[in-house]
Amino acid sequence: MILTVEGLEFEYPSRPVLKDINFSIANGDFLAVLGINGAGKSTLLKCINRILQPQVGTVLIRGDDASRLSRRELAKRIGYVAQHHERTRTTVFDAVLLGRKPYIQWEASTKDMEIVQEALTTLGLDSYALRYVDELSGGERQKVVIARALAQQPQLLLLDEPTHSLDLKNQFDVSRLIKRIIKEEQLAAVVAMHDLNLAMRFANRFMLLKDGVIFAAGGFEVMTQENIESVYSLPVKIKQFGDIPVVIPA
Amino acid sequence: MDNYRRYTANKGLATLALVLLIGIVAMIALNAGSMDLNPHQVIRSIIGKGADVADIVIWQIRLPRILAAIIAGAGLSVAGCVMQNNLRNPLASPSTLGIANAAAFGANMAIIVFGAGSIRSTGADAVNISNPYSVAFSAFIWAMAAALIILLLARTRGFSPEAIVLAGVALSSLFSAGTILIQYFAQDVQVAAAVFWTFGDLGRAAWNEVLILSLIVASALIYFMLRRWDYNALDSGEETAKSLGVNVERVRLGGMMASSLITGAAVSFLGIIGFIGLVAPHMMRRVLGGDHRQLIPASALAGALLLLVSDTVARTIIAPVVLPVGAITSFFGAPLFLYLLARGYEQK
Repeated sequence: MILTVEGLEFEYPSRPVLKDINFSIANGDFLAVLGINGAGKSTLLKCINRILQPQVGTVLIRGDDASRLSRRELAKRIGYVAQHHERTRTTVFDAVLLGRKPYIQWEASTKDMEIVQEALTTLGLDSYALRYVDELSGGERQKVVIARALAQQPQLLLLDEPTHSLDLKNQFDVSRLIKRIIKEEQLAAVVAMHDLNLAMRFANRFMLLKDGVIFAAGGFEVMTQENIESVYSLPVKIKQFGDIPVVIPA
Repeated sequence: MDNYRRYTANKGLATLALVLLIGIVAMIALNAGSMDLNPHQVIRSIIGKGADVADIVIWQIRLPRILAAIIAGAGLSVAGCVMQNNLRNPLASPSTLGIANAAAFGANMAIIVFGAGSIRSTGADAVNISNPYSVAFSAFIWAMAAALIILLLARTRGFSPEAIVLAGVALSSLFSAGTILIQYFAQDVQVAAAVFWTFGDLGRAAWNEVLILSLIVASALIYFMLRRWDYNALDSGEETAKSLGVNVERVRLGGMMASSLITGAAVSFLGIIGFIGLVAPHMMRRVLGGDHRQLIPASALAGALLLLVSDTVARTIIAPVVLPVGAITSFFGAPLFLYLLARGYEQK
């Protein structure tokens, strides 16, 4: 198991957010974390990465207790892509080079630069290397931060709504890319998502969060009409378009 | 990758150009002043073969002053650069956050209350600081206190950049009030001198001050350079920085402490010189981008150049009267500050 979460709980001083979270994922898994706004999706990702400190529970990365690893060690194992990005005035190459931060002692080595180059190629950003990040479109910026996470050479990717505010084409491009990377690099990804259809197209594991607890988790079998209706408090229908399942509000 | 290497090398060249420019302006500044010296005399003095009068003017008056401008300018500028990054606030700088005023309060306290120096009421050399270390130390402690308050407000209360600057205004007034209160109980002549002293003036720096200041600025610069990757990561947001292995709290505390140390030292030796820490880093960000590997040294150089030019202007524009350099830098700085504010609101 690349990631095992046991009995994780997190609360802000004013309100509890996550209660009794247990799950694990293996290499090659694309886990979609689903649920309404405020269900605790982002909080869960941040707790795995120790951006937030869970009060109870353990997170194991390949069997290592995350709370015993330094930030730097954790950064070598987990790549994280936040929901919002700053428009920094740096080149794409520099922005991706930042992913080598956990490895760099004083200055970036040739090896670091080669890894950056590789990540840029994987995401099709070669020709953008010297463009400024704050002049890119939303889809391009999203690819830059994913490239940065890849440059960390992680075993696990945590992506917080990576298709958020992208157009239809870019939603598919980015999702397909994530799936391809997981397969090629034998990583695992935990992806907070809003779009159920996108999730069902690309993910192979699903977690439905409701009020900070896991309502249902597993493979495609959990994506039933009843489960989705209770999690989103909305009547829905699931239709098949060829072999593609589609969720629509009824 | 080769293109990238070339791109970084070009930034290095820009930095080199700044060094050259500082050298040129420094030469001009050495020549400028109430006493007419030609370049030949200046050079003879520097290599130790000058006439006595020229020697005194060059070695005791102009050279320390020029070095003070370069070092304090560099220090205040990197302090601003790091504060802007650490607080993720483009409006941050030693003067806009009230840290300079806090340092002035600390210095006044050391000089007047604890008698670390005596104040005479004569012109440029009004303040005679007998114990520069304790003055600098007191200035640092109070600068640090102000920085901690700002840091706390930014972190626990989630203040917006504008609100942080307002907090800085409040702190400025608070510490100015404190300074006035201390001065109120000082003797009349002292008050006059102390008020005069609060204006930034580079003429106060003698070799001793220059030496202490350069040690502080140099060590802070080394520390900032060690942290340059952390600052780059912090630019992408606090959470992203954490996910890249940065201990955000520690980096911030260290950055604010080192910046406060520079501010404290600069203010206690030279008085308040505003806006260098705001203007210079922003100019460099425009030209070189936000990569702190180049931005930190380039900001230092730009700050040095800016303060040196300002001081040379202050000395020569209505010579033989020497204007307080703080007034000149504010003339550059305040409009830029307004521009940054206006641009910030435009984006929303």
